[in-house]
Amino acid sequence: MTDTLSEHADHELHDGEPLIEMSNVGKAYGAIRALKGINLTVHAGEVTCVLGDNGAGKSTLIKIMSGLHPHNEGVMKVDGKEMTFGSPRESLEHGIATVYQDLAVVSLMEVWRNFFLGSELTSGRGPLATLRIAEMKRIADEELRKMGIVVKDIDQPIGTLSGGQRQCVAIARAVYFGARVLILDEPTAALGVKQSGVVLKYTAAARSAGLGVVFITHNPHHAYLVGNQFVILKLGEAVLDKKRADVTLDELTRQMAGGDELTELSHELLNS
Amino acid sequence: MSQTTKTPPPSAAPTEASNRVTLGWSNRLLARPEVGALVAAVVILIFFLIVAPAFRSPASFFTVLYASSTIGIVAVGVGMLMIGGEFDLSAGVIVTTAALFNAMFCYQLGINLWVGAILSLVFCLAIGFVNGYLVMRTGIPSFLITLGTFFVLQGANLGVTKLVTGSVSTPNINQMDGYQTLKAIFSSSFRIGSVTVEITVIWWLLFVAFSAFILQRTKIGNWIYAVGGNADSARAVGVPVRAVKIGLFMTVSFLGWFIGMHTLYKFDTVQAGNGIGNEFLYIIAAVVGGTLLTGGFGNAVGVAIGAFIFGMTSLCIVYAGWDPNWFRAFLGVMLLLAVMVNLYVKTLSTTRKVG
Ligand SMILES: Nc1ncnc2c1ncn2[C@@H]1O[C@H](COP(=O)(O)OP(=O)(O)O)[C@@H](O)[C@H]1O
Ligand SMILES: [Mg+2]
Repeated sequence: MTDTLSEHADHELHDGEPLIEMSNVGKAYGAIRALKGINLTVHAGEVTCVLGDNGAGKSTLIKIMSGLHPHNEGVMKVDGKEMTFGSPRESLEHGIATVYQDLAVVSLMEVWRNFFLGSELTSGRGPLATLRIAEMKRIADEELRKMGIVVKDIDQPIGTLSGGQRQCVAIARAVYFGARVLILDEPTAALGVKQSGVVLKYTAAARSAGLGVVFITHNPHHAYLVGNQFVILKLGEAVLDKKRADVTLDELTRQMAGGDELTELSHELLNS
Repeated sequence: MSQTTKTPPPSAAPTEASNRVTLGWSNRLLARPEVGALVAAVVILIFFLIVAPAFRSPASFFTVLYASSTIGIVAVGVGMLMIGGEFDLSAGVIVTTAALFNAMFCYQLGINLWVGAILSLVFCLAIGFVNGYLVMRTGIPSFLITLGTFFVLQGANLGVTKLVTGSVSTPNINQMDGYQTLKAIFSSSFRIGSVTVEITVIWWLLFVAFSAFILQRTKIGNWIYAVGGNADSARAVGVPVRAVKIGLFMTVSFLGWFIGMHTLYKFDTVQAGNGIGNEFLYIIAAVVGGTLLTGGFGNAVGVAIGAFIFGMTSLCIVYAGWDPNWFRAFLGVMLLLAVMVNLYVKTLSTTRKVG
């Protein structure tokens, strides 16, 4: 897996260089304010963990970076240039690949077609260029094996795989195509212990290959295993933003569990 | 950190032998969209060979192919559109619109028919674009948007024709400039031995082959299946969903124009009320051919077989000497059976296999 990552990583990346910088970014869905005043920087060679409860705005945040919907407040800079992505395609063209929590795969399509969807290999240019089918099947199979997924038949519809396996295909695909930034939205939520371990290793490997990684989770243990920077969101606002050196796992866990509210609750419960 | 990343992941354990199972051929075959249609086509063919002696000649077979091609050409586009997850109810009347436009425009102005044919193409593509654009822009189901287009075109076909010609049909155009070349392209025929082959049969086969190539062998084909199967996921990985769907609507209106040209240069005059109801025949051909109504599944060969079943049945009921009214009843039964078979095939191909 390190091969895939280092082969495909952009060689112009320098550890520590800012790839995506958000300042004061906000997003409203109609009347619902999902995100407010977010300042966040994704550095090359670092894992930025975004934590938070359900509905905190984590997915909204990464959908702005991946071009699924634009922000309506603040400024996002990509590679130093101010940017509002009009579509996921534009984001992909900047080397940003995303594994979405809720938008994974097209169930009726073959595993290998899903793997290459939107980034198909063709011989020649133009709309009539033929697909390099044999090559795509081989690569998809290889990349999945590296994740420990051996599908019975790379031609089978992806809907026949288990949820965890489908998630792994989506991750393998993002790792394969993400040259600069890799965004993972709760990648371990649907996975068992073993597969979660594989995903965490990939995350670390992506960082070692010099990519900027955004890792979203509500599991502080997972976050603490790989993270360099931790941001906790609550009701669309950042309530904690610390470097690894400045925060302990306990503090993350406590903040995630409700922080001071929890302390208060435990006092109440004990005193009653 | 690089230490841990270089060791192979612990879960890479499952081996080829333990986990790799090649699906049985029967399973693979059943999961193909066109197989049900092929079986049905063969059964119906044998049935009519038995009950309709008039069908047992090469000449009638090619007549059947001709009937199939007039539905099959537009069905190629409708099938692709349905794989892409959308409907077009205006596909039947746009055929008439295309022919009327060409005939009346050129007749009134007394200009070369080629000018009208090309302007008619541009007009039809524009209608396809508007259909697609409205569907993508408003998010209203294509069923409703194109139902609107259907009524607009149906009304305009009759209204404009009456205004311009004072009747419901167009004047004969067979003496006008450009007629011979256009007729050669859209409605000529040639003989092989004792049988007459209509050129639309050749066009139909070419369109089917081209559609099959696009769907299976190009990235656009990949995108068509993806936008029909799951548009949001497709968009998220960078598929230009809007462009793909608008392109599909325009493909349908292009093929509608093509058959409009055939109708015009075959009969030299057009009835303004024609084409209504044909949109359902295209959809039925696609569904009987294994296309899933909900999108994301189907293929070009299946749709062609669907059109062939249509052509064969519509004529063979006559060859068999039965009341032609039974044809519609038969179509309905075919459609119901096909929908059930498709559902079964879909379930079969997406449920997890043990092994
Ligand atoms: N497409 C949408 N339209 C309207 N509201 C949305 C949409 N997506 C998310 N929201 C709302 O925005 C808030 C944040 O959601 P989300 O970013 O998905 O949270 P998380 O990923 O942290 O669970 C929630 O209140 C959610 O209901
Ligand atoms: Mg989420």
